[in-house]
Amino acid sequence: MATTADTLPLKSHEAHDAHHDADHKPGFFTRWFMSTNHKDIGTLYLIFAIVAGVIGGSISGIMRWELMEPGIQVLNQSWPLGAGTANFDEWTHHWNVLITAHGLIMVFFMVMPAMIGGFGNWFVPLMIGAPDMAFPRMNNISFWLLIPSFLLLLGSTFVSGGTGLGAGTGWTVYAPLSTSGSAGPAVDMAIFSLHIAGASSILGAINFITTIFNMRAPGMTLHKMPLFVWSVLVTAFLLLLALPVLAGAITMLLTDRNFGTSFFDASGGGNPVLYQHLFWFFGHPEVYIMILPGFGMVSQVVATFSRKPVFGYLGMAYAMVAIGVVGFVVWAHHMFTTGMSMEVKMYFTAATMIIAVPTGVKIFSWIATMWGGSLTFETPMLWAIGFIFLFTVGGVTGVVLANGGVDNYMHDTYYVVAHFHYVLSLGAVFAIFAGFYYWFPKMSGKMYNELLGKLHFFIMFIGVNMVFFPMHFLGLDGMPRRIPDYTPAFTEWNQIATYGYMVTIAGMAVFFVNLFWSLAAGKKAPDNPWGEGATTLEWTLSSPPPFHQFSTLPVIK
Amino acid sequence: MLQSPTQVTGVKMKLIAWAIALAAAGLTPAAAQTPQAAQPQATKQVTGPAAATAPSERAQGQSLDAANAPAPSTPATANPTATEATATGFAHGLPEKHIGVPIKAGTGIQEQVTEIGRGAATFHNVWLLGLCAIISIFVLALLGYTMLRFRRAANPTPSRTSHNTGLEVVWTLVPVLILVGIAIPSMRLLNKQYSPPPADVTVKVTGNQWFWTYSYPDNGGFEIVSNLLKEKADVKPGDRFRTDADGPPLLAVDERMVIPAGKTVKFLVTANDVIHAFWVPAFWSKVDANPGQINEIWAKVDRPGVYFGQCTELCGARHAYMPIAVEVVPEAQFNAWVASKGGTPRGAKPAAAPAAAAAAAPAEAAPAEAQPATNQAATAQN
Repeated sequence: MATTADTLPLKSHEAHDAHHDADHKPGFFTRWFMSTNHKDIGTLYLIFAIVAGVIGGSISGIMRWELMEPGIQVLNQSWPLGAGTANFDEWTHHWNVLITAHGLIMVFFMVMPAMIGGFGNWFVPLMIGAPDMAFPRMNNISFWLLIPSFLLLLGSTFVSGGTGLGAGTGWTVYAPLSTSGSAGPAVDMAIFSLHIAGASSILGAINFITTIFNMRAPGMTLHKMPLFVWSVLVTAFLLLLALPVLAGAITMLLTDRNFGTSFFDASGGGNPVLYQHLFWFFGHPEVYIMILPGFGMVSQVVATFSRKPVFGYLGMAYAMVAIGVVGFVVWAHHMFTTGMSMEVKMYFTAATMIIAVPTGVKIFSWIATMWGGSLTFETPMLWAIGFIFLFTVGGVTGVVLANGGVDNYMHDTYYVVAHFHYVLSLGAVFAIFAGFYYWFPKMSGKMYNELLGKLHFFIMFIGVNMVFFPMHFLGLDGMPRRIPDYTPAFTEWNQIATYGYMVTIAGMAVFFVNLFWSLAAGKKAPDNPWGEGATTLEWTLSSPPPFHQFSTLPVIK
Repeated sequence: MLQSPTQVTGVKMKLIAWAIALAAAGLTPAAAQTPQAAQPQATKQVTGPAAATAPSERAQGQSLDAANAPAPSTPATANPTATEATATGFAHGLPEKHIGVPIKAGTGIQEQVTEIGRGAATFHNVWLLGLCAIISIFVLALLGYTMLRFRRAANPTPSRTSHNTGLEVVWTLVPVLILVGIAIPSMRLLNKQYSPPPADVTVKVTGNQWFWTYSYPDNGGFEIVSNLLKEKADVKPGDRFRTDADGPPLLAVDERMVIPAGKTVKFLVTANDVIHAFWVPAFWSKVDANPGQINEIWAKVDRPGVYFGQCTELCGARHAYMPIAVEVVPEAQFNAWVASKGGTPRGAKPAAAPAAAAAAAPAEAAPAEAQPATNQAATAQN
C-alpha cells in the first residue's frame, strides 16, 4: 500500500491506517474461520472440494471394486466398504447409498465448490479489477453453509433409510422411492443437506452477479471481461433461477414424507412424474452450472498458451449465454421414458439438439484460437486440449441421446453413465485440473513440478478413458445403470473399467505428490509465469497476490 | 404388496397347483419349503380333485423342475424347444446364445426383432454412430494438426487473428444443417413408435418390489407372477434353481411372459409401489412403470424366441434382481399357453367368469410354471 498510496488523494485517510498495509493478515483463526477475504474463501472452497473429491472418488472405488465381477463381493464386507451386516437387502441397499452419495458429493461438494466457490471467488474479483467480492460476509456464510450441509449428507449414512442405513434413492431422489419407499430419517437428512447446499449456492450466485455488475474496474466493460468472468456470470444466473425450483421440489418431498401431503402420490391426487419435471427443471441447468465455468477456464488457458487472443470472443461469450438460456427449456429429455406424448417428445428432441450449435461454436473457436498461435504444452494446456477432445466425445453421444426415439433404448443404461461422465468426469474435471495447474502458481506463489503435472495428465487421460469408454458398450449391450450385480456377459468391459479406475488412482497419487511437494518445496513463482499470452489482470499482481489488491483501481483501455 | 382380489385368486390357484403336483410326486417336504412371502397360507389348501392329474402333467416335458428335484421319481429329460409343442399344449423354448440376451463383451445394440427396433438400430448404427465418429475424428485431426503445425518451434510468431465472420457463420450453420438432417429421421422414428397398429393382444405389466406380474385382460384376465430364478448354490435343496434352459444368470425367471409372434402386442405398464421401468432390449423401447398411472408401449415381434431384459429404473434394494423374460411363440402355442393358464385363447368365447377360468388352472398348470410368487425368496439367500 505504501508504494501506491502516495499517489492518491486518499493519502490522509491512508496515513491514519498506515499499519494496514496490503499484506497485513489477521491471525490464524480469524483469517480462516471468520474470513471475508475472497482469496482465502476461495482457498477454503478448494480445500473443501479436494476433501469431498477424495471421499466421492473413494466411493467410486468401492463401486468399481464391486463391479469387478458378477455377484456380491464387497457390499457384504464391513462398513463403509459394505453394509457390515448379513442381510442381503442391506448389502444391495448399501449399493444404492453409495451411488447416491457419489452423485451428490461430486455434484454439490466437489465440482460446484471447486469451480464457482474456488476459482470463481479467487479470480472473478482479480480479473475484473475489484478489491473483493461485493458482499464479503455473505461470501463467508456461503462457504460455511457447505460444512453442515456436507455433514448432514455424510451423517445420513449412519441412520436408517428404510431397507438399511443411509439414503438409497439415487442423487435424483425420485418419488415415491424417496417418500413411501424410504422410511427413516436418512432421506430427510439428505434433503436438508440439499436445502443448505442450495442456499449456499444461491447466496454465492447473488454475490457474483452483484460483483460482476457493479465492481468492474474503470474501462472493464462487459464486452472486455475475460471469458472466465462471463462464464461465472452466466452460471450465477442459472444457479439463481434453478436452485429455488429444486428447493421447492424437495420441500414437497419433505411434506409428502412427514406431513401427509401427496404432491407426488397418485393415490392422493398427486403425480410422481411431477417431481421429475421439477427436479430436472433444476437438474438440466445444473449440468451447465457444472460445465460453464470449465468453458471459461479452458478459454483462458487456450488463449494463454497459444499466445493469441481468444478467437471469436463475442461468439464465445454469447454462446455461453445461449447455452444458459436454452438449458432451461430442455429438461424433459431426462424423462423420455416417463410416458410423455409424441408432440412433447418431438419438442424436447429438437430443443435439446439446438444446444449442440453453441457448443460446437465453442469447440471450433477454441481450435481457431490455437490455429496460427505459437503453442506450448505446459500442463494446463494439456488438460485444456484433453478437455476439448473428450468433451466433444461426450457431446456427440449427447446428440445421440437427444433423439427421443433412440433414447428409448439407451435411457437408464450405462450408455448414459458413459455420456455424462465424459462431459463431467472427463470434461468438468479436466477443466478443473487445467484451471488448477494454470492458477496454482498465482494462488500459492510456488511453481508446480512440470514433469509430475504432465505425468498426472497422461496417466489420468488413459485411466478415465479406460473407465468410461467401455461403458458405452455396456449400455448398448443392455446393462442398466445403478445395479451392483450383473449377468456374466457384462464382465469383460466392467473389468476393464475397474482396471481403468486403478490407473486413474495412480494418476491422482501423482497429483497429490505434486501438490504437497510443490507447496513445500516448489520454486518461487514469478508474477506471470506464462509469458505474453497471459493478459488478464491477475497476472499483473504478485504471486501470491497481496492480501488486499487493487486499492488503486486499475484502468482498462 | 398390494394385489387386487383377482390377482390374489390367480396366485393362490397356481400355488395350489404347485403344491398338489409336488405332493403327488412325493416331494411334499420341498413343497412345504417353496412357497414363501407372497401367499404362505395358500400352500395349505391342497385339495383332492386335481391331484390325480398332476403326475401326468409332470411327464409332459416339463423337465426343468424334474432335473432339480432330489427325488428320482421323474427322470430328467431334455428341454423342449420353442417349436416342439406337446400334444396337450405348451412347452417352453430355449434361450439362444446371440439373440435376446446381452452378448459377452458385446459392443453394440442387441439384435432387434421388431420393425421399429430394426429401423431405430439402423438409424443409430449407421447415421448417428457414423456422425459421432466423423465429428470426433474431425475434431481430433484438427487438434492434432494444430498442435503440430503451430507449436512454438514451428511457428514462433503468433498471428493476431481473432475474428473471421465467414468462418463463424459456417461453423454455426453447418451444425444446424447436420442437426436438421438428424431431426428428420428422428421425428419419423418417433411418429412410427407412436402409431401402433390395432392391438391383437394386451398384456398388463405391473412392476413390484422386486418382481413383475403380467396379466392378460383380453384373455380372461389371468395373471402370472415372474420372479428371478436363483443359482443352484443359493437355493435350499429341492427348490427350483436356474438352469441354462431358463436363461442366463440374473436374467432367467420362473415364469416368462408369453406373447404371440407376428401380432401387435400392447403393453399397459404400471407399478404397485415405486417407479420401475419395463425394457426388453431386443424390442427396443422401454417405458417407466409409474404407480397410479398406466403407460402404453407396443411391440410386434416377428421372430419366435426368448428375449430378456431388466428393470431399468432404480426401485430400491433389489433393483438388480427383477429381470424380464418374454417368450415369443407362434399363435397356436400362445393359445395353448393361455389355455394352460386358465385363460381364454384369442378368438375363443370368453369364459363365464375370470374366477371360473382361474379355477381350471390347477388341472392344467404344469408344475414348473406354477411355482409360486416368491418375491422375497428370490434372492434372499444370495
